[in-house]
Amino acid sequence: MSLALQTDGFDIASIRADFPILAQKIYGKDLVFLDSAASAQKPRAVIEAMTHVMQAQYANVHRGLYFLSERTSDAYEGVRDKVAAFLHAASREEIVFTRNATESINLVAHSFGRALLRPGDAIVVSEMEHHANLVPWQMLRDAHGVELRVAKITDAGEIDWDSLAACFADGRVKLLAVTHMSNVLGSYTPASRLAAFAHQHGARILLDGSQAVVHRRVDVQAIDADFYVFSGHKLYGPTGIGVLYAKRDILEAMPPFMGGGDMIGSVSFARSTWAKPPHRFEAGTPAIIETIGLGAAIDYIEAIGFPAISAHEQILTDHALKILSEIDGLRLLGAAQDRGGVVSFTLDQAHAHDIATLLDRQGIAVRAGMHCAEPLMGRLGVTSTARASFGVYTTLGEIDALAVGLRRVQQMFS
Amino acid sequence: MSDSAELYQALIMARSRQPRFAGPLATFDSQGTGDNPMCGDRVQVYLRRADTGVGHVSRGCAIMSASADLMAEAVAGKSAAEIAVLSTAFEAMVTSGAQDPALGDLNALAGVSGYRSRIRCATLPWSALADALADDGEG
Repeated sequence: MSLALQTDGFDIASIRADFPILAQKIYGKDLVFLDSAASAQKPRAVIEAMTHVMQAQYANVHRGLYFLSERTSDAYEGVRDKVAAFLHAASREEIVFTRNATESINLVAHSFGRALLRPGDAIVVSEMEHHANLVPWQMLRDAHGVELRVAKITDAGEIDWDSLAACFADGRVKLLAVTHMSNVLGSYTPASRLAAFAHQHGARILLDGSQAVVHRRVDVQAIDADFYVFSGHKLYGPTGIGVLYAKRDILEAMPPFMGGGDMIGSVSFARSTWAKPPHRFEAGTPAIIETIGLGAAIDYIEAIGFPAISAHEQILTDHALKILSEIDGLRLLGAAQDRGGVVSFTLDQAHAHDIATLLDRQGIAVRAGMHCAEPLMGRLGVTSTARASFGVYTTLGEIDALAVGLRRVQQMFS
Repeated sequence: MSDSAELYQALIMARSRQPRFAGPLATFDSQGTGDNPMCGDRVQVYLRRADTGVGHVSRGCAIMSASADLMAEAVAGKSAAEIAVLSTAFEAMVTSGAQDPALGDLNALAGVSGYRSRIRCATLPWSALADALADDGEG
């Protein structure tokens, strides 16, 4: 496989060497991992950081008055500083650790949604949301009497601004919850323009950054995001750790999501008071090891740098769109002006599942199905798609291997 | 891809491309649906009880649609009790990969056993048929 790909400051061979799993053979073939949008592989730095905590400095955080606990607390809280800098948050208190982006959105739906939205208020999502940014709002609607509206997307896979404006027309919308990058179409949404639009209409904005945060520098202050969520495991970090960013004044107005240890001010049998944010939202022993792993992942990404990562992924995406569009009977979904390293497609001859199985036996891992976006499948007029998604370790050669593999699938089904 | 040939063998490719039992029956007593929410596959099975005629409308992969068509052929004229026996034997066969003489052409799906995530594709039509058999036609 050709590893010949050199952009400024980007040494693909050395990056690939940082990910032990990529050296594996699958069914005797080189592993071609094209499912990073579902969950990314982990660099050695992350694996070692997590192992190191358990071997050398592990204890519970925020509790022990002894050496190991203090060191672990420092490491854990140090990641909060790291995430705050990573997102360019105004303060570390605006960073809440959760289990993943899904939990972050559920936290906002339960806490902000029930306490600060009133029955009759409306929430707007787009047609291209992951189930994680749709179902929690449906549950809130059913429990709390808010209205849920869906802004359309264009056939290209971009926000339909006329539809969005129509959703906001009656002035009842109090929250716009929208993806920053579609996990199916790869479209980026214009986050700062959406935020300005929401704010002009008296609404808050929540951005689902699960995909976007992996590929581009995100600056929550420049966007003027009220809420921004992502998962560690898509950012080359471990599973079990996610992030909720929210503006300080909003977090301070929000009641707890879950009750327990670590989130309290004082407790008596009669009543309890709440800790200040962010600890108010972190009940129970947190994912200490995973949080430290996330910190290592952020260090790893920052060392490569987003200019180089974005440039690399743009080259990959352009190449993929070009060579896949040359395959007869292959339909690429979405054609957004601003799109990143997530490419969904269908083949006339073969169902997505059959494509994925046949590619798998060639060592190529792609996702097939509805991608946790069933309503979007309906909007696109398909029942499932195959999806290839790219990461820092993806090579042009791997995309060529995908194209070769797809032609083999076609031969088999022709 | 030689090892994939065992899964996508000629009978499966033929029956997914040119099914013999596709489409709703003109008259039927009950119907059942099989959904796989993970991938969007859906099969609807129409059952005429007098002669155990089965028609299917399959929206999904080659394995699922071929399985539905071979199932319709295999259960024709059989009693509910015979179908239950066949269904159990089928599930055992696609799980273990061991062909069973009693299953006839259904053995073409034995290759599915090597693809754990695809076993559900093969069994989905049988779930839909069980659903149809349980349907008393009143609902």
